[in-house]
Amino acid sequence: MTAPPAIELSAIDKSFGGVHAVRGVSLRVESGTITGIIGENGAGKSTLMSILFGLYHADAGEIRVEGVPLRIESPRDAIAHGIGMVHQHFMLIESFTVLENLVLGVEGGFLLSHGMARARAEVERLGREYGLSVDLDARVADLSVGEQQRVEILKVLLRGARILILDEPSAVLTPQETDRLFLVLATLRERGVTVVLITHKLREIMAVTDRVFVMRRGEVVAERRTADTGPQELAELMVGRKVRLQVDKAPAHPGPVMLRAGHLRLIDGRGVPLLDDLDLEVRAGEIVAIAGVSGNGQTELLQVLAGVRAPTSGSVTICGRRFDADDPGDPAGRRAIGLAHVPEDRLRQGLVAPFQAAETSILGYQDEPRFSPRYLLDRPAIGAHCRDLMERFDVRPRMPGLRSSQFSGGNQQKLVLAREMAHQPKVLLVGQPTRGVDIGAIEFIHRELVKARDRGCAVLVVSVELDEVLSLADRVLVMFAGRIVGEVEPARADERRLGLMMAGATA
Amino acid sequence: MRLSRGALPGWAEVLLLPLINIALAFLVVGIIVRIIGVDPFHALNRLILGAIGSSESVGYTLYYATNFIFTGLAVAIAFHGGLFNIGGEGQAYVGGLGCGLAILAFDKYLPGWLMVPLAIGAAALFGAAWAAVPAWLQAWRGSHIVITTIMFNFVASALMVYLLVNVLIAPGSMTPQSRGFGPTGQLPALPGSPLNLSTFLAIACCAAVWLFLWHTRWGYALRAMGHNPEAARYAGTDLRRMTMLGMCLSGALAGFVGVNELMGVHHRIVLDFPAGYGFAGIAVALMGRNHPLGVALAALLFGALQQGGAELAFDEPAITREMVVVIQGLVILFSGALEQLPRPWLALLLVRRG
Amino acid sequence: MDDLAAIVFLTAAATLRTATPLILCAMGGLFSERSGIVDVGLEGKMLIAAFFAAAIATITGSAWWGVAAGIVAAEIMALLHGFACITYRGNQVVSGVALNILAAGLTVVLGNAWFHQGGQTPPLDTARERLMPIFFPRAGDNVLVYVALASVPLAWWIVARTRFGLRLRAVGEMPLAVDAAGISVSWLRYRAVLLCGLFSGLAGAYVSIAQNAGFSRDMTAGQGFIALAAIIFGKWRPFPALGACLIFGLLDAIAIRLQGVVVPGLGEVPVQFIQALPYLLTMFLLAGFIGRAVAPKAIGIPYEKEH
Repeated sequence: MTAPPAIELSAIDKSFGGVHAVRGVSLRVESGTITGIIGENGAGKSTLMSILFGLYHADAGEIRVEGVPLRIESPRDAIAHGIGMVHQHFMLIESFTVLENLVLGVEGGFLLSHGMARARAEVERLGREYGLSVDLDARVADLSVGEQQRVEILKVLLRGARILILDEPSAVLTPQETDRLFLVLATLRERGVTVVLITHKLREIMAVTDRVFVMRRGEVVAERRTADTGPQELAELMVGRKVRLQVDKAPAHPGPVMLRAGHLRLIDGRGVPLLDDLDLEVRAGEIVAIAGVSGNGQTELLQVLAGVRAPTSGSVTICGRRFDADDPGDPAGRRAIGLAHVPEDRLRQGLVAPFQAAETSILGYQDEPRFSPRYLLDRPAIGAHCRDLMERFDVRPRMPGLRSSQFSGGNQQKLVLAREMAHQPKVLLVGQPTRGVDIGAIEFIHRELVKARDRGCAVLVVSVELDEVLSLADRVLVMFAGRIVGEVEPARADERRLGLMMAGATA
Repeated sequence: MRLSRGALPGWAEVLLLPLINIALAFLVVGIIVRIIGVDPFHALNRLILGAIGSSESVGYTLYYATNFIFTGLAVAIAFHGGLFNIGGEGQAYVGGLGCGLAILAFDKYLPGWLMVPLAIGAAALFGAAWAAVPAWLQAWRGSHIVITTIMFNFVASALMVYLLVNVLIAPGSMTPQSRGFGPTGQLPALPGSPLNLSTFLAIACCAAVWLFLWHTRWGYALRAMGHNPEAARYAGTDLRRMTMLGMCLSGALAGFVGVNELMGVHHRIVLDFPAGYGFAGIAVALMGRNHPLGVALAALLFGALQQGGAELAFDEPAITREMVVVIQGLVILFSGALEQLPRPWLALLLVRRG
Repeated sequence: MDDLAAIVFLTAAATLRTATPLILCAMGGLFSERSGIVDVGLEGKMLIAAFFAAAIATITGSAWWGVAAGIVAAEIMALLHGFACITYRGNQVVSGVALNILAAGLTVVLGNAWFHQGGQTPPLDTARERLMPIFFPRAGDNVLVYVALASVPLAWWIVARTRFGLRLRAVGEMPLAVDAAGISVSWLRYRAVLLCGLFSGLAGAYVSIAQNAGFSRDMTAGQGFIALAAIIFGKWRPFPALGACLIFGLLDAIAIRLQGVVVPGLGEVPVQFIQALPYLLTMFLLAGFIGRAVAPKAIGIPYEKEH
């Protein structure tokens, strides 16, 4: 008789509003193994595991843990049943010591002294057993990211977890720290702990897992023994054979370089490089797209190029005007010389939710004489401008007086795009042009971007949608870990090679 | 940013919810009046009569409302920039100092048509300067404006006591107040009434604030910062400078209380003339939904309460003028901190399920 | 020499007398703020407690009933604050300001209605209705002074050494982590707010029935804000906050002594300057000119559970 599988999910289904995030997923995770779940952004892997951990409730389906059917209402239930999760964003209190973080919630009595001493002995034992050494009296803020992750793992083990879920554990780690994590995971498996690893990195799947599930668009599309598969096959499964969106466009006629980034480097507060010696060029009359899994520095790249954030070092040259790290200027200055920027997150950056559509339609351009001739805003002119944009970009409803937040996502995006393209920019930065936008609007937006290109605008698109990147761009740059790791010509793009590059396999 | 439980139709959001909140505040006031042993309806009757029953009482109501407009606008304009200015009290005090100093220095030399604008400008300048320090500390040094503006109220109070006791005190006087202003430093007032020209200044300020917020690019940028600082930065707004601008305008508006009180009524610099108007401005702004028109209406209501409350206190020995302060507190509580209280029930009533 | 000793003793005693309500209030505020709930309403809680302590002491003829009433009154205010800020996720500063204004009005309105003395309570009978000195009649060392002194190590012990303290600190830094650990964020914060009510109630009672013999309008005169300044100055830790309270108390004692005294070389030091010093010092601290006061990370932010 064999032991029952550690986890058995059958026909799990979950929707958020109109988005069907997980579609009838069934999978088995054998006890004492390391199982990988791989997929692109939005494939549903994190949602699936959050259901298992009690953060979300499945709309349908059954969960069995070690053969027993369970209803998991909250993380607390999950923990009680021996399931622990290490999130991508750590839940650690930075001003606390490691030990204080570990005992929070399992203090063992009103007085700390007793419980802390017991926990210390227990954690030291666990640390020895699994090779997870951390200084228990250090403040978490002083630890490296890798050490903080070890604290998270210890936290889960201290609560008696037999099943450990890790969500993109290496996203914030250096390669060395990642190797060390793999060693720990192997030790955990040796001691009978079941590990589920959510990732989009092929290297990790190949390095540590026993089995792998590939998810795409909310479904499990394949299950393989890691030993029987390879990165090529997995990359192909992950990306899928997609129907190319057709964008009618003539061949590009690139002109002079309008946008250049030279040796861009951006280091965050923790010393982690977000942009790492990045170089790129975009010429007039071409669309360059940056492909990559989100979180590899694309957001930061756009911010630095647009002047919202200053780089640590390096320079950005726009229409021949050079901005250095020590004199980064501001977004308004860059707009004035012909840059336009459709931000990735329109709700957080691109518009002000309670503003009227007319007000949103001049965000960033409010100082222009035609909107603000002398002292007062020219309201009628702004209204007319907005109505004109709405007409040209088919924004519905055509009501400049409506609050921006009352438009649908697609219409908000069209309004922001219309605003940025209306000024005939020489350089156009576009982040996630079609995120949360319906199919009709997607085609429209793509056509408009091509039109801008044909007018001689240098367009840089950042998107996590591979389809979009391949159908829209004249050149595709692949970004991984803060640098450009390769360039692909979309017409002859090999999706498999692209998948490998995005997963860092050729870096 | 997500709407918390129960989204409401627009008209309910803008009109009904605030009205219910204010009704709740007045319900509690009624209960307190009852506890004191006075019939609330009788009290209300007296109060209304006291506030608008005669031309004299209307004059007082308008005079009080003038102060409430200034401080209410001060709080509202800062709110639009996402800044919570609780320093109106101190800014009004120091604004009054500015206006008084200008008059004490020049009232013997300048004609009225020059003296009055100069004094008004000085009030604005001093009020703005007193707000600029906390603004600068927040924008450049990261200390929170709420705490620093509170602290600055006390510093202003200490400063004014010192100046009035030691420096500005009129020679030979026993009470700490300055010498009287010359006639050019006094605003024309209705005979026998504290109502003076400042009321027109207040009305002009309402219009100016409205114009500034919705019809200038600076007001546009200030509101953008208040609603979404990240978007404002994306748009190229310098958030530090905008913080300074918002707070300075706020301080200047609060400073005009000094104009109404000192140039309009006392005709000298006196102690404690802001008398809680700065704090009451929070209630006025909350009740007026931070819109100049709303602020003006709320200020009228509070002015009427202040005047009617005084009359009521005169009639009913059991009730004191501080009843008005209680009402201010309750209005802030219900239309500010407990704003969401009626929402779930209202949503249940108004929004059909399914 | 005896003179000097007497001056030192009297100044120390005066310092302690003025510092007592600050200490109590600061310890209360510390619990609230460490849990992530801003309390600019300390002043209001203290004021209303002062009123009810004096009113009930007069009515019942017992100082102890007065103290109890003061605590109950402050707790009701604390619960209102908690209700607005924790349950309804309202703006904590707005709520605090509202309670301050409410207290300033209500104490006078009720005082006038009950005692007809323009908002004052009748003078308290010294023997029964006030808290009197225990060991040193001239120093005013009544029981609440000792309670205040004991409250500091107690607060320290609770915050640093107990399960509740650990969770309290955690919820002020990162409520999400507390929630994830299966602990109720709301209940933790309510307990913190109630502790704040308890201590600010004691502070208020001290002001009206120990330090003074009855309530008069606005008698707390900004001491709640000085206590708030002391919390910030003490960087949200009990013993440094005690130090700040003692310094502020000493400043006050000196200010009274220096009234009208000409200091050689300086001239007459303005009393008002010394009175404003606590606020000025706190502002300097907040601006980062003297060290850095780092507030609990989650302070002032209502906790919204995701689901």
